[in-house]
Amino acid sequence: MQLTYLKNVTTLQYNEERCTGCRMCTMVCPHGVFIMENKKAQITNKDQCMECGACMKNCAWDAIQVKAGVGCAAAIIWGRIRGTEPVCGCGDDSSSGNSSSCCG
Amino acid sequence: MNNQQNSCGCKPGKYIITAGGPVKRVSSVFTAQDRWGALKVRIDINRNNYRVTPGLYALNNPDETSPVFISANYKLSFDVLRKSLAGINGWILVLDTKGINVWCAAGKGTFGTEELIKQIKQAELADVVNHKQVIVPQLGAPGVAAHTVKAATGFSVVYGPVRAADLPAFLAAGNKADTAMRKVQFTLRDRFVLTPMEFVGAIRFMAIFFGILLAIQIIRGWNDPFSAVLFSSLISFIPYAGAFITATILFPLLLPILPGRAFALKGWILGLLWAGVYSGLYYLSAGTIEWQPLLPVILIAPALVAFITLNFTGASTYTSLSGVVKEMQYAVPAVIIAAICGAVSLILGQFVFA
Repeated sequence: MQLTYLKNVTTLQYNEERCTGCRMCTMVCPHGVFIMENKKAQITNKDQCMECGACMKNCAWDAIQVKAGVGCAAAIIWGRIRGTEPVCGCGDDSSSGNSSSCCG
Repeated sequence: MNNQQNSCGCKPGKYIITAGGPVKRVSSVFTAQDRWGALKVRIDINRNNYRVTPGLYALNNPDETSPVFISANYKLSFDVLRKSLAGINGWILVLDTKGINVWCAAGKGTFGTEELIKQIKQAELADVVNHKQVIVPQLGAPGVAAHTVKAATGFSVVYGPVRAADLPAFLAAGNKADTAMRKVQFTLRDRFVLTPMEFVGAIRFMAIFFGILLAIQIIRGWNDPFSAVLFSSLISFIPYAGAFITATILFPLLLPILPGRAFALKGWILGLLWAGVYSGLYYLSAGTIEWQPLLPVILIAPALVAFITLNFTGASTYTSLSGVVKEMQYAVPAVIIAAICGAVSLILGQFVFA
């Protein structure tokens, strides 16, 4: 079953003119948001985007922009408390107290 | 227990001599100790200290033509990889991700371009193998810019499948993943393995809830024997214990069939269902419906479930930052209002209209 989160919220933006057809975005996206059409990438299923940022990071031609982050309420709450960006606590060296389940 | 920090924790192996120096050898075979360690991690024991020393490992019996797999220094990530590569000779280059799994570490950037470049150079990988390719797990892609790694090291990054279990098929297909191998899922099994962790994580909140109910009963029954106070506290805790179980075990399992898209909404609906079931059970045992014991439950229990399930967004594999921010704008105020109304009704019911 294909699970879909909230509609029309993703910050994903794609500039087709910059696409060189390298296919990287179609390979890194964990939700199949990009497909190839006429030797260019196309967004096919925008509401599946979880803003992980893999496509942007691996696009050598800056054709993709997205405000990447973690879709994790605990991270957002802790970010607000600390006044930082939402970061997964994960109980690593830099933070304690938040051992949220996002790091299983 | 052995010191995970200084070893990979898997079968003590010999060293293999390469042009880049000696490399520790590991096997694909899982020991009882590996299984026990994995089980403990799933129930939140020693979870943040389950690590592998970063660096290069020889898996089974590799030579200079063997593929190089990149992994995180979370032992569970490392173990899944070597177990999936049974019968395959290869090299495993472990990045220092501070004991965090690949996907989370990629999001933070610790499983990232710089660390990968650093480890490739430190391991003198160019001397160990005669090819110029590293296989990076696809879920590491949010942290790794393949083109930057190539420019800095000469090694091209090939993204492997999402699941390590698909690696043999990926290798057999000439390092190509099909569409299904590239997609993250969130199957019943995936959700089921998260439930112990969710439940254990909620225990402290359950203790706080029980403490509050105990305090109320102590004040109410100041002259009663403590056993009676404890008994009435336990009775009044039942609906909330049920809410915790609903949120941490039932919710993950039922996620796809619950109505709505927002996690808090799905949770609230499930919480209302539990409050309804509890009210029904109460009526069956007491023979009457009274607001004093039931109204606080109907207000607090669903809000509690919604708050816990809102946090399950972090464990899910398909929620976005923008989406969670949006749902929190509604969910957090709703939870706070319901909790305050519930607390007021609880105090009124116990002390004013008792």
